[in-house]
Amino acid sequence: MTTREEGFRALFDPKGVIIAGASTHPGKFGFVSLHNLLASGYRGAVFATNREGADVLGVRSVASIDELPDGQADLVFVCTPAAANPDLLRACAAKGVKAAFVTSAGYGEAGDEGRRAEADLVALADELGLLLAGPNGQGVVSTPSLLCAQIVAPFPPAGHIGVASQSGNFVSSFLNYAVQTGVGISRAVSAGNAAAVTVPDYLSWYAADPETSVGLAYVEGVADGRAFFDAVRAVAEDMPLVLVKGGATAGGQRAAASHTGSLASDDRVFDGMCRQAGVTRAATVEEAFEAAATFATQPLPAGPRVVVMTTAGGWGVVTADAITKSSLVLADLPRDLHDAIDELLPPRWSRSNPVDLAGGETRDTIPQVLELIAGHPDVDAVIQLGLGIQSNQAEMMRSGPFYPDHGLERIVAYHERQDARFAAAAAEVSERTGKPILVATELAVAAPDNPGPAAVRASGRLCYPSANRAVVALEHLWRRAQHRQRRGLPLR
Amino acid sequence: MPEPPRTGSRTLSEPDSKALLSAHGVPIAPERVVAGVDDAVAAATELGFPVVVKLAGDAIAHKTERGLVRLGVADESAARIAATELLAAATPEDGEVALLVAPMLRGQRELIAGLADDPQFGTTVMVGVGGVLAEAVADVSLRLVPISRIDAEEMIDDLATQALLGPFRGEPAIDRDALADVLLALSTAAEADPTIVSADLNPLIVVDGRPIAVDALVEVER
Repeated sequence: MTTREEGFRALFDPKGVIIAGASTHPGKFGFVSLHNLLASGYRGAVFATNREGADVLGVRSVASIDELPDGQADLVFVCTPAAANPDLLRACAAKGVKAAFVTSAGYGEAGDEGRRAEADLVALADELGLLLAGPNGQGVVSTPSLLCAQIVAPFPPAGHIGVASQSGNFVSSFLNYAVQTGVGISRAVSAGNAAAVTVPDYLSWYAADPETSVGLAYVEGVADGRAFFDAVRAVAEDMPLVLVKGGATAGGQRAAASHTGSLASDDRVFDGMCRQAGVTRAATVEEAFEAAATFATQPLPAGPRVVVMTTAGGWGVVTADAITKSSLVLADLPRDLHDAIDELLPPRWSRSNPVDLAGGETRDTIPQVLELIAGHPDVDAVIQLGLGIQSNQAEMMRSGPFYPDHGLERIVAYHERQDARFAAAAAEVSERTGKPILVATELAVAAPDNPGPAAVRASGRLCYPSANRAVVALEHLWRRAQHRQRRGLPLR
Repeated sequence: MPEPPRTGSRTLSEPDSKALLSAHGVPIAPERVVAGVDDAVAAATELGFPVVVKLAGDAIAHKTERGLVRLGVADESAARIAATELLAAATPEDGEVALLVAPMLRGQRELIAGLADDPQFGTTVMVGVGGVLAEAVADVSLRLVPISRIDAEEMIDDLATQALLGPFRGEPAIDRDALADVLLALSTAAEADPTIVSADLNPLIVVDGRPIAVDALVEVER
C-alpha cells in the first residue's frame, strides 16, 4: 500500500511517467502533455499508451498498460475519457504507479452522473493506494525534476514558490509571471475538481518540502471552512502563504436576523480568517504573484520604517504617498544618517525621506548612499527608484544614427555598467543587512532588457513595475512580520 | 435591516440576552426589568434621571425600528407617559412583555460587536463602528471563534476608522484592552454555549473610553 507521502513524491518527483491516452493529433491533450513533458527535459522514464500503439513524438506507445515493464513509472498522466479510467487506474496500480493526475472531464463538474463517477474514482484510488490529483485538472509542474506534465504552457524557471490552484488557468498565469519576472517556481499543480486532494492538501505538502519556501494559491469555494482554516494556519506558520480568492463579492451582504450577521459577509469573514491564520490575502492575481515573489526573495522587515531612495523627485513623492496610506511608515531621516549622506552629495539633495539624490550622484554615490540607509538601525526597509534611466538613454544613443561616434560608445557602456552595478548592489546590501530593498521602475516591463531591470532579475529578485506595487508587496511582508512578532514566532 | 430569525432559531428577550452575555464578562449597562407603569417610575427615580425606557420580550428583536425605545426620559411624569405608551404599543404577537429601565448613558461614540454564524467557517466574532449607520458604513472586522487576545487586538487595529478610537471631541481614547475584553467575552460565550446562533451588542456605547453594551440581542437554536 502506498503512503500519501509516497503518492505526493510520485506526483512531484516521479521516476517515470506514463501519458495515458497519448495522441498523434497535436491539438489533443494526449499530445500536448507528452510534448511538454519531453520538451522540458524530464530525465525519468517516459511511457505512453495509445489505442493503436502509434509512435508519438518518438515515444513508442503501447495499447495497454499491461505491456509496460513493472515498477518503471510511478506517475500516470491521464488523458483518456472518464469511462476508461477505472480499468486504467487498476492496471497502473498493478505496475507500481503511486499517483495519477487526471485531466479527464466528465466528473463532479458534469451533473449527478459525473458526481457519482467522481466518488467512484476517489474510492477506487483509495482502494488501490493511488494519490488522485484532479480530475478535470490541467497538470503538474515540478522544476527540481524538470517535470512539465500539463496540457498548457509554460514551463517556468526554477525557484521556491509552490503554486496550488483551484483554477488551472491561474496556474498558467502564475507561471507566466514567473517567466516574465525570473522569480521561479518549485512546484505547481492545478487541483481540478480536487476530488481527493485539495488545495490546502498540496499547500501542506509544500510546507514540508525543502524545495518550496513560499505558498501561492488561488481558491474559489471552500467546502469545509474550519478544516481549511486549520490547514492554512499550519502552513502559514511554516512559510509565507499568499492566497487570492475568486468569488469574493458573491453573496455580498447576507440576510440575517442580527446586525452582526448581515455585516458578516463572506468576503469579510474570509479576510478575518486570513488575518487570524497569518495568511497573506492578495486582491488580484498579479498582486498575489508579486507578494509571493517578494517573500521568496527578500528578508522580512523587522519594523515598518521605510526609506525611499530616488534619483528624481516626482517618483519619490508618489511613493511617499503610497507608504503613508499603508500600514508602513515613511521613516524620519535620522540626524546621523542625514549627516552621513550629506557628506556624499552636493547641497541640493532632498535632506529628508524620500532621499532624492537630485542628480548629485557620481560614480559610486548610489551604492554608498544605499549602504548608509540600509545599514542604519532606524531603517527597516528601502525602496529604490530610478534604476535604468541612464541605460534607457544609452539605448536611444546606441540605436540612433550617431553611434558609436562622438563618444557615444564609451558613455553607453558606462551607463549600462553602472545600472547593472546599482541593481547588484541592491541585492548585495539587502543580503548583508538582512533588510528588504525593493527596486521599482516601469522599465521592468517597458524595457525588460535594460541592464538595470535585467540585473535585478539576474540577482534572482523581482524588479517591481511601479513603486506602488513595491509598496503593496512590502506591506504584505510587514504584515506577516508583525503577525509573527506579536505571537513570538521567528521572522521568516 | 435585519430579518426575522431563521427557522430553527429564536431570539431571547433583551434582559435574557444581557444575562447570558454578561455571565461571560460582557459589560452591560445596569438596568431594571419591571412589569408595570408604577414600578417603572419607581425604578427610574431610584436609578436617577435621565433614563431609557424600553419594551422587552422574547419575540421583540428590533426595538428601535418599531419605536419601542424612549431615550432621555427626564423626569417622573415623562417616565409615566413613556411606560404607559410602550405597554400600549405591545401587540399580541409580542407575547409576554416587560419594561426595561436603564440610566441614560452618555457617549458620543457607538460601536457594534457580536457573533454570527458563517455557513462555511462557523461562528465568527465581530467588532465595528456602530450606531444607526453601522450597516451603511460597514467598517467591521471579524475572526473565527475562538480568538486569542492578540486576535482581539488585531481586530481593533484592522478597523479603518482609527480616528474614532483615539481621543474624540473631549472624550478620552477608547480603552483598547477593555474593548478586547468584550470581544474575548463574546468568543468565550460562543464557545461555552454552542446553541448561540448570533449575538448583537448594538450599540456598544463608549463611556469615558470604556465600551458598555446598552442593548443586546441573542439568537439561539430552538
